[in-house]
Amino acid sequence: MHDEERLGELLRLLRPAPQGWVTAAQELPAARRSLDEIVARAEADREFREALIADLEAALEQAGYERDSRVLDELRQRLADS
Amino acid sequence: MSELSTLTDAELVQQCRAGDTAAWNELVERFSRYVYAVCVKGFRLGEEDAEDVFQEVFMRVFTHLDTLRDDAALRPWIAQLTRRLCIDSISRSGREQAAAEPVEEDVAGDLVEIDEAFTVREALTSLPEVCQEILDRFFAQDQSYRTISAELDLPSGTIASRIARCLRRLRDELEGRNEPAQGSRE
Repeated sequence: MHDEERLGELLRLLRPAPQGWVTAAQELPAARRSLDEIVARAEADREFREALIADLEAALEQAGYERDSRVLDELRQRLADS
Repeated sequence: MSELSTLTDAELVQQCRAGDTAAWNELVERFSRYVYAVCVKGFRLGEEDAEDVFQEVFMRVFTHLDTLRDDAALRPWIAQLTRRLCIDSISRSGREQAAAEPVEEDVAGDLVEIDEAFTVREALTSLPEVCQEILDRFFAQDQSYRTISAELDLPSGTIASRIARCLRRLRDELEGRNEPAQGSRE
């Protein structure tokens, strides 16, 4: 079916993705947990919610959350939708 | 090689659903090259668009893992998702104007080849770890005999013959997979 030369060609096709991309994808569960925690807190704490709406990044930094662009994007969307 | 790397896709999905972070890491590791190849080689996305699609694929897989009806169908699901997101990315960037029929045919051919490469890579995981390392380093990471020899602590004069031997084992493994009724491959 495959000669060894062809196998080499096929092995060359699947090169490693950039490590930073892989790591970011692997960190998705942690980012999701962080997002759920922020949303739950925003629902329970009106002051925190207003701070998020006023200045999302500053409010998160003040609350001790790490900056994560995916979390920020989704929070912006959720706050806009609510 | 971690124990998780020997799990089937279905087993991996079940562990991910149970919230096992290590299983999620393995899932990303298992499919990252495939998703990357589809984006960059299949659809020829630029690095920035490819990265966006790459992250979106895994975000959707993570978010919608509960909706996967057949756990064993992880690979076709990821394949379909990646292709759809690549097409969306091209449409957004206006590249669809350039996507004349011959280009689409090229893409289709490349995607078939990438799927074939994924099957070969799956077979590679059945080989002894040293074979996996040597073949991956030489073919997928473009490492020289010298580097492979130094990194794996193997005599440099044996690398070429080891590559040839490991390729033969890989070929035998693939042939065995295609002939399940033949019994033992040894």
